[in-house]
Amino acid sequence: MGKYLLRRLLIAIPTLLLISMVVYAILALAPGDPLSQFGLDPRVPPEVRENIRRQLGLDQPWHVRYVKWLIAALQGDLGYSFQSRVPVSELIAQKLPNTLSVLGVAYVLAVLLAIPIGVVSAVKRYSFFDHAATTFAFIGFSVPTFFTGIILILIFSVKLHWLPFIYQSTLNVSLFDMESILAQLKQSIMPITVLTLFQTATLVRFVRSEMLENMPLDYVRTARAKGLQERFVVIRHVLRNSLIPVVTLIALGVPAIFGGALITEQIFRIPGIGLMLVAAIEQSDTPVVMGATLMFSVLVVLFNIVADLLYGVLDPRIRYD
Amino acid sequence: MGTKIWSRAFAVAAVAGLTFAACGQQAAPAATAAPTAGAATAAPATPAPTAAVQRGAGGNLTILYWQAVTALIGHHAQGTKDYDAARLVVEPLASTGPDGKPVPALAAEIPTKANGGVSADSTSITWKLKPNVKWSDGTDVTSADVVFTWKYVTNKETAATTAGVYATVKNVEAVDKSTVKVTYAAPTSNPYLAFTAGTGQIIQEKQYKDFIGAKAKDGPKIPVGTGPYKVVQFKPNDVVTYEINPQYRDANKPFFKTVTFKGGGDATSAARAVCQTGDVDYAWNLQVEAAVLKPMIDASDGKCKMNTAPSPNVERILINRSNPAASLGDKRGEPDQPHPFLTDLKVRQALAMAIDRGPIAALYGPTGSATCNMIVGLEAYTSKNTASMSVCKYDLAAANKLLDEAGAAKGADGIRVYKGTRMKILYATTVNPLRQKEQDIVKASWTQLGIDVELKAVAAGVFFGTEGNDTAAKFFFDVEMYTNGASQITQDDYVTNYICSEIKTAKDKWSGGNYMRWCNKDFDALYTQYTKELDLAKRYELLAKMNDMIVQDVAEIPLVNRTQPSDGISKALKGVIPTAWDSVLWNIADWSK
Repeated sequence: MGKYLLRRLLIAIPTLLLISMVVYAILALAPGDPLSQFGLDPRVPPEVRENIRRQLGLDQPWHVRYVKWLIAALQGDLGYSFQSRVPVSELIAQKLPNTLSVLGVAYVLAVLLAIPIGVVSAVKRYSFFDHAATTFAFIGFSVPTFFTGIILILIFSVKLHWLPFIYQSTLNVSLFDMESILAQLKQSIMPITVLTLFQTATLVRFVRSEMLENMPLDYVRTARAKGLQERFVVIRHVLRNSLIPVVTLIALGVPAIFGGALITEQIFRIPGIGLMLVAAIEQSDTPVVMGATLMFSVLVVLFNIVADLLYGVLDPRIRYD
Repeated sequence: MGTKIWSRAFAVAAVAGLTFAACGQQAAPAATAAPTAGAATAAPATPAPTAAVQRGAGGNLTILYWQAVTALIGHHAQGTKDYDAARLVVEPLASTGPDGKPVPALAAEIPTKANGGVSADSTSITWKLKPNVKWSDGTDVTSADVVFTWKYVTNKETAATTAGVYATVKNVEAVDKSTVKVTYAAPTSNPYLAFTAGTGQIIQEKQYKDFIGAKAKDGPKIPVGTGPYKVVQFKPNDVVTYEINPQYRDANKPFFKTVTFKGGGDATSAARAVCQTGDVDYAWNLQVEAAVLKPMIDASDGKCKMNTAPSPNVERILINRSNPAASLGDKRGEPDQPHPFLTDLKVRQALAMAIDRGPIAALYGPTGSATCNMIVGLEAYTSKNTASMSVCKYDLAAANKLLDEAGAAKGADGIRVYKGTRMKILYATTVNPLRQKEQDIVKASWTQLGIDVELKAVAAGVFFGTEGNDTAAKFFFDVEMYTNGASQITQDDYVTNYICSEIKTAKDKWSGGNYMRWCNKDFDALYTQYTKELDLAKRYELLAKMNDMIVQDVAEIPLVNRTQPSDGISKALKGVIPTAWDSVLWNIADWSK
């Protein structure tokens, strides 16, 4: 197992290098321009634009810039944003908590909801509950988040005036201050609902089909033949075996939490990683895009390894040597 | 399967996000724009200070910009959002009021020739600072700070985005502790150019003296200022929060105790936040289609009103004089390659006459009005002659007749052929729902002339950039559409875009402002005369003449004169005076509820 882990980690290095190079190349070759923000502003004449370009290091060919960036990144320096001239690591540190407090919560809720709903749906197949859950699941992943988001805003913010729809990242949430907790709840309840609905829907379908696949198998019949209670059969045998792919799926989905949910962040103005990334791509802010994608790819690679290891833990038949 | 769903969701989201952001970007031209005394929305130049106003009596003021702030030093501003957010903290010597005239900020009074502040030869101006003004850290503001600001901005390595404004300034010197003299390289009609409005923000020498030149990028991100507020927290690309600057010179102002300057999102939901939910007091630049915006404002329980002023910004269609055909290879778009049919005046006139401005202006509603002028902003120089010009009248029959006269007969497919060239027009603009509707309207009319029109929409970041073939400057299209306008009341930087020497080639990286490759010797003669003229009335006359020439020769087709600001504000907010020539927040110290 240790050997396996080491091998996987070593393979991860060239993978990450390749990812960073490809992303950098795409950014460099795409027709965007960090100076396009100035548009036609006559106050910024061509000479000034040249100066700014030089100061940002854009006068060098992209492969030189990439090597420089890589050397700095290996030393832990992700560089400065072209737009705000703030260190990229600081920007990520500012945005990540907002993303996690919405997306992370939604993900945990989704997992907590999806497993019981999926199990009950499978066990009581074609029951009223199953039909209801299936319908809910289909609505969940077929209605886009920007639609549910706007519907919620129209109902709860515009009509009822119950909830704010502009997320305040400056809110100081303290465990001892009920008011701040309430405010945080109020401002994150809509985005969390939107995301939970979407993620639960996907997971429910998956849990249900895995359960249904396992239920007619021989070992289940054996367990029943032994006289075990149906409850134990479902929870200890069927569920445990059905969870193997589900756990993998959940582990693989974790990096996506850090990637942010662009649309939801946009609609509710949550200053998260997703919004930052899109704005950075839009403004050709290479250091920010590289910083965010590097973090994202490290997480993806890492959680892929975690998922593979978990697989072995849950299923003793899988060995790593 | 899981990862697939995630990555798909990610891709969809990315596309949608980009679209949102692209609508957001917009032509964002010259940041400041214009107002006239006669305009319905223009308020009196200075607000009557109300006795009831007490410092900090108001709670929090929430301002929402759908573009988020990235820099708080005006001299490194990336756009209007940055100039505006900085303006609460850092002030110029003078603001520019709605009538385009300077209003003292840090200056004690406005220097004029009459009071001896402006030299008789119009080359220098001497500003006196207000006595006893302090920085928010308690130190005195002196003329040395002004001199330092000039040195900071004009140092090439600093790469200040405002450097262009100071290009004509020869010297800035401190006469004494509170007097500063600005000398221009040549006699100028606008001595107020330097150190006023958004680009004139005075920074503190003490704070930035070690960060001049190449070190500027490591300089403090939050400036010490003289304005009514100081920054509490700044999260780039998200939010800035402010509190009252205890050193602010007026003991009764500002009214609002704190200000939250939130950025991001899209214009439609910003309109919703100010007009429907009342979550914000001020929502910047509501570039929302009138069909969506009007009902929100007009609703019986609507919480907002529009804050607009006439501006110099005109949405226009540029006509390419060079041949953009890809088959020309390296010669593509070069000024020496004439366009097969757009060089014919009759063809251009026909195109202009087929424009129905009514429905286009209707898309803008309260944020724009139809115009057939290119040089606008002040009533004093806006031409009255264009209204009677035939190119400004919508007349499809006459347009068709002109094309017949030009010898462009219709081919078998109903499309005209001009001297062997099938008349096909590639019509480009930025990705923006409103612009795409404008394109549809124009296309419908031009199709009726027997012209084949192909529409193209380019992401704003690419269109106004320098990379790739889809940039406005390279202009590898037949016609293109965007908004542009002067940043100064004098229009100096703007009219330059029309002279022959501003036509650039691939060799110069297309870095000139004359994208149309329109060269008119008569116009150049007028321009030369204009740059030498110092008398205001004569300059205005020349501006109107230049305008008429551009319109008559159909160098560009003007469509809509847009307002600036085009903001939505809470009905309860008082004291807001819109000016197109300065930041909309220029007098935020006077705002109250």
